[in-house]
Amino acid sequence: MAASSLIKTTPVTNDIAVEISGMHKWYGEFHVLRDVNLTVRRGEKIVICGPSGSGKSTMIRCINRLEEHQKGSIVVDGIPLTNDLKRIDEIRRDVGMVFQHFNLFPHLTVLENCTLAPIWVRKMPQKQAEEIAMHYLSRVKIPDQALKYPGQLSGGQQQRVAIARSLCMSPKIMMFDEPTSALDPEMVKEVLDTMVQLAQDGMTMLCVTHEMGFARQVADRVVFMDRGEIVEVNTPNEFFSNPQHERTKLFLSQILH
Amino acid sequence: MSQVQMRDRPHVPWWNEPKNRGYVYQGLLFIVLAFFAYEAVTNASNNMRARGIPTDFSFWNKTAGFDVNLTLIEYSAAASTYGQAFWVGLLNTLLVAVVSIVFATIVGFAIGIARLSNNWIVAKLATVYVETLRNIPLLLQLLFWYNAVLKPLPNPRDALAVPKITFLVPEFAPTVICLALGLGGWLITRRARLIEGVAVIIANAFGSLLMLAALGVWLFGGSGVASVLGQGVVAFGGKAGIYLHNRGLIFPEVHLTDSAWMMGAALLAAIAGAIAFRVWARRVQRSTGEQQPVGLVATILIIGLPLLAYFAAGAPASFALPELRGFNFVGGTRILPEFAALMFGLALYTASFIAEIVRGGILSVSKGQTEAANALGLTRAQGLKLVVVPQAMRVIIPPLTNQYLNLTKNSSLAVFIGYPDLVQVFAGTVLNQTGAAVQVIAITMAVYLVISLVTSFVMDIYNKRMSLVER
Repeated sequence: MAASSLIKTTPVTNDIAVEISGMHKWYGEFHVLRDVNLTVRRGEKIVICGPSGSGKSTMIRCINRLEEHQKGSIVVDGIPLTNDLKRIDEIRRDVGMVFQHFNLFPHLTVLENCTLAPIWVRKMPQKQAEEIAMHYLSRVKIPDQALKYPGQLSGGQQQRVAIARSLCMSPKIMMFDEPTSALDPEMVKEVLDTMVQLAQDGMTMLCVTHEMGFARQVADRVVFMDRGEIVEVNTPNEFFSNPQHERTKLFLSQILH
Repeated sequence: MSQVQMRDRPHVPWWNEPKNRGYVYQGLLFIVLAFFAYEAVTNASNNMRARGIPTDFSFWNKTAGFDVNLTLIEYSAAASTYGQAFWVGLLNTLLVAVVSIVFATIVGFAIGIARLSNNWIVAKLATVYVETLRNIPLLLQLLFWYNAVLKPLPNPRDALAVPKITFLVPEFAPTVICLALGLGGWLITRRARLIEGVAVIIANAFGSLLMLAALGVWLFGGSGVASVLGQGVVAFGGKAGIYLHNRGLIFPEVHLTDSAWMMGAALLAAIAGAIAFRVWARRVQRSTGEQQPVGLVATILIIGLPLLAYFAAGAPASFALPELRGFNFVGGTRILPEFAALMFGLALYTASFIAEIVRGGILSVSKGQTEAANALGLTRAQGLKLVVVPQAMRVIIPPLTNQYLNLTKNSSLAVFIGYPDLVQVFAGTVLNQTGAAVQVIAITMAVYLVISLVTSFVMDIYNKRMSLVER
C-alpha cells in the first residue's frame, strides 16, 4: 500500500508536460511576451490563436529554445530550461516541432530526412532508424515517396514528411507553428487529418493555427493571445460560443464570417 | 484533310521562307569567313617567309642557351632545349598557382566567415579587407609587394636574421596562455546564441587566432619590441639559420639520410589507417549506432606515426645552415622574392573574392534549416556538419572554381615582376630568341585554354552530381 501511494505521488508532478510561469521576452526595446503563464498537462491538446504579431509563434519557440526568454521560467517534461546546452539538447530531443515552411533538408531524401536525427542523436543503427522512418511515413500515408527528394513533393506531402521526421524521434510533445498557413487550400485537409490522427493517439500537442474547425474538433483548451499576452484560455465550446473578453470577440468576428 | 492543310499553309515563294533565308545567310557568312581565314593564313606565311621568320616547330629541340633562376626540373643554359624551357615555365606557373590557391582558400574562408561574425570589430576588419583588396588593380598590388615590400629589404650582408629563441620562463607558460585563450573562446561560444551557429564558432576561432598572432608578435617579433615588453621572458642567442634579405628568404636545407623513407612510409600508413578507421567507424555506426571520434583518431595517427618513425629511424634528418660568403649566402633553401611577391599578391587579391563567395554561400542556407536541425536535437556542430555545410558548399564550389581559374590566368602577370612563369620564359625569352611568334603564342594560349577547359569540365560533372533534385 505504502509503495503504491508513493508511486501515485510522483506522477502528480510528472503529469505536467510544459509549465510556463511569469515569462517575459523583449526584442531590444520591444516587449514581445508579457507575463505568460501556461500549464500543459500530459496528453493535452492546446490550440493557440490570435492576431498576427501577437507572440504566439514566439511563445512556442521559447519552449525549445529557438528563442530565448529573458524573465520567468519554463519547465519542459520536468527539466527547467536554462542556458545549459546539455539540457537544451535534452529538451529538444523530446519536443518535436513542425514549421510553417516545412524546413525539410533539400539535400537529403525523404527517408534520410527522417533517419538523420535518430542516427546522429539517438545513436540508432541505420536499419532500425529506417524501419521506424518507414513506419511513420506509412502513418502519414506517403511510404512510396521515401526515396524522393523534398523538392519533388507537393506542399502537403512535404508537411506530412516534416511531421513524420519529428515523430521519428518519438517526442513526448509536438509543437506546430502554423503548419497549414503556407499550403494551397486543397492540401490543408491532408495535413489536418494527420494532426487529428496524432491527437487521437494521445500525443501532447501545442498548435499555433487559424484552423478553427481543427480547434473545435481536437483542442482541450484554446489559448487566445494578443499583444504578447494570454488574454483568454477556455474550452473550445465556451471560447467560440461565449468569449469573455472584448478583444476575443473582435478577433472571432474577424475570422468567423 | 488536305484542303484544311492547304488553307493553313498557303503557298509561299521559297525565298520568303524563313528557313531557306537562314540557309542562304549562313552560307554567305561561311564563304566570307573562309575567305578571310584563307587570306590571313597565306598572307601571314608569305610575309613570314619573306622576312625569314620560322613557320615550323623545329626550334623546340634546339639549345636554349639562357638561364632561368627557378627550375623544378633539370635545366641548364648549355644543355637544355627550348622544349625543356617550356616545361620549366609551365611547372613554375603551376607551382605558383597551386601554392597561391591553397593560401587564397585559407585566407578567403577565414575572412568570409569573419564577415558574418557578430563581433563588430572582426566583421568590420574583414569588410575593410575585402573592399580594399578587390578594388585595387592586381598588377598594382603585385608591384606593391615586389617594389615596396620585398625590394627595400637589406642586402644579404645586412640580412635580417631570425634569432634562436630560448624561453627563460617555464616551458609550460605559452601552453597555459594558449589554453586560457582557447578556453575563453570556447566559453564565449557556449554562452552565445544557438541560432547564429556558424558565425559564432568560427569567428571565435578566428578571434582566438588573432590573439595568438598578437602573442606571437610579442614573443618572437622584432627585438626592439621584445626588449621592452619581453624582458625576462625570452632570450635571443645565436642564429636560427633563417635570413630575410632582398634576394629572398633563406632557411636551413633539410638533408635526409637513407632511413628517411620510413617517415614517408609511416605517413602513408597513417593516411591509409585513418581512411580505414573512417570506413570502419561508418560501418559500426550503421549497424550499432555507436559513433567513433574519427577526426581525433585521424589527427593522432597522421601526426603521431611519422613522429614515431622519425625517432625509430634515429632522427634521419640533418639541417644545413646557410652561410654568408662574400656578397651572398651559400647553402640553405631560398624562396625568391619574385615568387613571394606573386604569391602574396595573387593569394590576397583572390582571397577577397573567395571571402564574398563563402559569405554568400553560408547566407544562402536559410535560418529555417538550422532551426529544424536544432529542433530535432542535433547539436550545433552536427547541424553545421550535416545540414548547413553540405548545402552551402553547393553554392560555394562553382564560383570558387572560377576564382581558381582566374588566379591561374592572372599568374601570367608574373612577367611584370620577373618571376619565370610560362609567359615570361616561353612567350618572352623563347619567343624573342627564336622569333617563332605565332607558334609560341599559340602554344601558350593553348596551355591556358586546356587548363581552364579541363577544370570546367570536371566541375560540370561535379555540379550535375551535386545539384538539388527539384521537380
